[in-house]
Amino acid sequence: MVGASAAATLVAVPSAAGARPAATDAPVLAKVALTVNGERHELELDTRTTLLDAVREHIHLTGAKKGCDHGQCGACTMIVDGRRINSCLTLAVMHQDDAVMTIEGLGKPGDLHPMQAAFIKHDGYQCGFCTPGQICSGIAVLAEIKSGIPSHVSADLNATYEATQNEIRERMSGNICRCGAYSNIVEAMTEVAGRQA
Amino acid sequence: MKSFTYERPSSPAEAASAVAKTPNAKFIAGGTNLLDLMKLQIETPAHLVDVNGLGLDQVEPTSDGGLRIGALVRNTDLAADARVRKDYGVLSRALLAGASGQLRNKATTAGNLLQRTRCPYFYDTAQACNKREPGSGCSAIGGVSRQLGVIGTSEACIATYPGDMAVAMRVLDATVETVDATGHERKIPIADFHRLVGDKPEIDTTLRSGELITAVTLPKPVAGTHIYRKVRDRASYAYALVSVAAIIGKDGTGHVAFGGVAPRPWRVEAAEADLPRGAKAVTDRVFDGATPTHENAFKLKLAERTLGAVLTEARA
Ligand SMILES: Cc1cc2nc3c(=O)[nH]c(=O)nc-3n(C[C@H](O)[C@H](O)[C@H](O)COP(=O)(O)OP(=O)(O)OC[C@H]3O[C@@H](n4cnc5c(N)ncnc54)[C@H](O)[C@@H]3O)c2cc1C
Ligand code: SF4
Repeated sequence: MVGASAAATLVAVPSAAGARPAATDAPVLAKVALTVNGERHELELDTRTTLLDAVREHIHLTGAKKGCDHGQCGACTMIVDGRRINSCLTLAVMHQDDAVMTIEGLGKPGDLHPMQAAFIKHDGYQCGFCTPGQICSGIAVLAEIKSGIPSHVSADLNATYEATQNEIRERMSGNICRCGAYSNIVEAMTEVAGRQA
Repeated sequence: MKSFTYERPSSPAEAASAVAKTPNAKFIAGGTNLLDLMKLQIETPAHLVDVNGLGLDQVEPTSDGGLRIGALVRNTDLAADARVRKDYGVLSRALLAGASGQLRNKATTAGNLLQRTRCPYFYDTAQACNKREPGSGCSAIGGVSRQLGVIGTSEACIATYPGDMAVAMRVLDATVETVDATGHERKIPIADFHRLVGDKPEIDTTLRSGELITAVTLPKPVAGTHIYRKVRDRASYAYALVSVAAIIGKDGTGHVAFGGVAPRPWRVEAAEADLPRGAKAVTDRVFDGATPTHENAFKLKLAERTLGAVLTEARA
């Protein structure tokens, strides 16, 4: 299984065998298939393309935002194979056949995900730039708590964890909000955690 | 970013030989450090060998009662592993004190060990930096050095190894396992893995070119209270100014390593005999010969006080 998928994803090798590749600006293209919000996309991309740029510039889903582009702000957070990641610090070609979930896949106007609805109800944003990342992260954080992943503020490593304010704040520290909507984000997440419990 | 070719081999041997036979090739795991540096053209590989398909993603017991952590085990998974939480709490704690939830979901055991310094001049390509460009000089000496090293530094470079996980691994006496393109395997004690930079700050570790990390092994658990205490400029999501990884027994004896102070996790085993005498007795020996700058001399007092807090917590 590992061997088969690896062979299928050997996507871009030096053109002439034995040629000495030097880092240049000439693009190297590679094929990759991504499933984004349940829809499969077959792309041919410059190997340098991050997952974030592939989704925004090639699949034209612009919900996930490019904030810092260095993994520091969390605005680009997507849920890939069930885990939240910074889509700016990963290459699209490394995600052959992966299932990518973005804010657009979570809900639609009229049919919102409970976390989206809770953000609206609790005013969990002002300018909205960081919000797609906050919401993806928020959903993943509650799942991480449920699945028993500890955090820096968990008092006991060998216990189960609750979505307390303290836990939510620590676990959301990778999502920065320049408007400072943090306390309302915590309220939105707390409400959704209560509903799920 | 400079352009590069890409391949995803399926066995460790193939991966090692792919890097060995291609000039200017690098492994990529989580990508969270390498891509960051490639965007800034601090790293400019011409070929990337993706190690995510190698299957090195399990945590397994060893025959001598320890654990073998695959090189590709994600930081989140290692911190949450029931055996690590129960028997190697200092390691869980160190991992959870680092980066963010998103980053830990991608970051791998090997990539974390090999993360590069966070010296601000290393990141600023307009500045002289011997680590980034050998022979160009060191802007940090006489510059902004608050975050940088106080011991084990050199006249060529005063940067620190910035990570948390390796500090816990140092106190746990971990071993880094590797394989090279010829199939030769090595076991490198963590104490010998990160280098004292000397006059070659561009070389961070004793890993050879093309050598692939396959696993990190931990010996059988050491009893005692496991503590990782990290002091930083904000409560979460920042690198350590000083950190302490410690295992302290009921009688006050134990083991301790420091992070954020040197080009490698800093541990002086001989000083551990003084643990029952309190923090100052230990840090006086651990930091003997320190050469702080005027901006980071506070780290010496901070290290003493952080260890003091750790010993108080262990007694509680
Ligand atoms: C905003 C931000 C904050 C952070 N905060 C912290 C923090 O507080 N504490 C902390 O400890 N860390 C922190 N980090 C760093 C983070 O822990 C590292 O980026 C991560 O651990 C690197 O792992 P990776 O798998 O993504 O490595 P990659 O980026 O994939 O690789 C890093 C290096 O390791 C090499 N490599 C990877 N796998 C292997 C292998 N199997 N064999 C040989 N070589 C290999 C690569 O060639 C590369 O040189 C932070 C990072 C960011 C972006
Ligand atoms: S301390 Fe090291 S990394 Fe920082 S500028 Fe000097 S040589 Fe570069």
